[in-house]
Amino acid sequence: MEKFAQHTGVGVPLRRSNVDTDQIIPAVYLKRVTRTGFEDALFAAWRGDPSFVLNQPAYSAGSVLVAGPDFGTGSSREHAVWALKDYGFRVVISPRFADIFRGNSGKQGLLAAQVSAEDVELLWKVLEAKPGTEITVDLAARTVVCDDITVPFGVDDYTRWRLMEGLDDIGLTLQLADEITAFEATRESWRPRTLPARHLPTVPIAPARPI
Amino acid sequence: MSTTLAEKVWDAHIVREGQDGVPDLLYIDLHLVHEVTSPQAFEGLRLAGRRVRRPDLTLATEDHNTPTLDIDLPIADLTSRTQIDTLRHNAAEFGVRLHSLGDSDQGIVHQVGPQLGLTQPGLTVVCGDSHTSTHGAFGALAFGIGTSEVEHVLATQTLPLTPFKTMAITVVGDLPPGATAKDIILAIIAKIGTGGGQGYVLEYRGDAIRALSMEGRMTVCNMSIEAGARAGMIAPDETTFAYLKDRPHAPQGADWDAAVEYWKTLRTDDDAEFDAEVVLRAADLEPFVTWGTNPGQGLPLSASVPVPELIADEAERTAAERAIEYMGLTPGRPLREIPVDTVFIGSCTNGRIEDLRSVAKVVKGRHKADSLRVLVVPASARVRLQAEVEGLDVIFKEFGAEWRNAGCSMCLGMNPDQLAPGERSASTSNRNFEGRQGKGGRTHLVSPLVAAATAIRGTLSSLADLDLPDGTDLTSFDGSPLTPLDPAAPVVL
Repeated sequence: MEKFAQHTGVGVPLRRSNVDTDQIIPAVYLKRVTRTGFEDALFAAWRGDPSFVLNQPAYSAGSVLVAGPDFGTGSSREHAVWALKDYGFRVVISPRFADIFRGNSGKQGLLAAQVSAEDVELLWKVLEAKPGTEITVDLAARTVVCDDITVPFGVDDYTRWRLMEGLDDIGLTLQLADEITAFEATRESWRPRTLPARHLPTVPIAPARPI
Repeated sequence: MSTTLAEKVWDAHIVREGQDGVPDLLYIDLHLVHEVTSPQAFEGLRLAGRRVRRPDLTLATEDHNTPTLDIDLPIADLTSRTQIDTLRHNAAEFGVRLHSLGDSDQGIVHQVGPQLGLTQPGLTVVCGDSHTSTHGAFGALAFGIGTSEVEHVLATQTLPLTPFKTMAITVVGDLPPGATAKDIILAIIAKIGTGGGQGYVLEYRGDAIRALSMEGRMTVCNMSIEAGARAGMIAPDETTFAYLKDRPHAPQGADWDAAVEYWKTLRTDDDAEFDAEVVLRAADLEPFVTWGTNPGQGLPLSASVPVPELIADEAERTAAERAIEYMGLTPGRPLREIPVDTVFIGSCTNGRIEDLRSVAKVVKGRHKADSLRVLVVPASARVRLQAEVEGLDVIFKEFGAEWRNAGCSMCLGMNPDQLAPGERSASTSNRNFEGRQGKGGRTHLVSPLVAAATAIRGTLSSLADLDLPDGTDLTSFDGSPLTPLDPAAPVVL
């Protein structure tokens, strides 16, 4: 994963709360089996509206999204993070993130920066008054700088460290393979296994058709 | 030290305790996989030259994309077919057991785990699907994960996690007739909000929860994620053990006794403290319905569409205005007067045999309103077969409903079962987000009983609106235990 220390890019004010992952990427776009190429799917339902913020030239090349509270609620689809990244976003700022979305972001190098609702309002005002204003997000200093305002943001220490070091979670865990094996030896024998399969009576399935 | 149920299960799975901000490394007992959130994870393994560490703790099923008609034909939608083919290929390559379309154990992943007896108390259960919280009904710590985490669990059978906070949600007293598990959870979400559970594991407690069948408990835990929570749990009890006994993967003989002895220890200590507590009175609950575009925007069916000007909080007011506009509603209009176009009965929330039985009881001998279509989609092929053994399919067809094959179906509209733009549904599923059931579609979340009454009358309705014959036993609709799906029952087609 690429190291993340500081990022500067155009800020995009998204004045909405509860932006759920169905809004970030509708389910019809989840059928792809690749990890990239989701940029067209981002906010698909809203992109057809000419007044939508990303359709305005000043914001269309934005890379720092500033949204209302409860961003990324709903489905666990990591496609939401891929779509944001594929579009070009590197940072999402919100007063509150859904847990799964925040976790997914951290794994993919998208910074979910938690900024108080009052400060988000300040950022929105600047970005709306001066479209195209750049925001600088400094992960080391944990600050968001936009025009003449500087506000702090929250991110957990572990995610910050991994982002700054560009570390891969799986590689880190596999270093503990011996401890995992030792733990497995302590598991009770009756804990369920999916293999070998124990089926219910196997029944041939015929399609159920409507009347 | 006194601990809560969630903490007990967590502590029993720590492979390595994290220090200085490093998360704990938690062992995962059961990893459920489906076609939508797994292809990129398997691809990641392949690129890194890694194997699935524990195929014997992994189970895959096809559910999100599967058509509910013509399941014997190749899937018409090419991208859906590719995704399903990819899962079949990955399962074969990595040695993972897969329940494919046409297999009697195929169905929604959150029904398949419990019905096979794989979901058990005290386990850690994960799946690349937020409704994994369903499995918490058994006293398992079960939560949804993203695709990177799916890859992580496939490769290591563990996850690095920061401990969750705990919240007790106590529902005291008895449910009134006509109110169900779905109404409990919709009322909870309306009370604490869609972000109210963020960072928490919810533990549902109290007499009204204890009185629920396992399927009712699954409905409650299923929608924990709609309150923003990572997981929902209910301490296991005799109801849990009775459901599990003799299921294909339940422990047997001496193993069963040992397991039950352990399971009985899985309860919150009397003097343990939660980080937050919420209390609801079951007697106050009545059939609930959502009017807006997030699951927290719900009201009792007897209420009216909110009037935004009367909402004091600015953010809530703006959200309500936007939702009412999207939903095409008029502020102040009684919810009971809202006509719907489609009734959807199914999903991992309410597509189980008890849900189908309760709907069948209400609609038997009647005919649906002419103005709407009714889709009945069982949660799994096994549930479908069981319903057909009991003759429920005949009742539904005579009612004018479409009887379909198992899958996620119209809950999220990844297959052809979708709402048209502007179309309005009463849906027993779990999310009423904009466009969730089809672009421009409008969703009202309801219980199976409200769905049934709505299908009869054509507008959002409850049992109280029906002219039920004298002596109709309403208490049989209250979510109390019905006969569990009998795994040994002969199935005749």
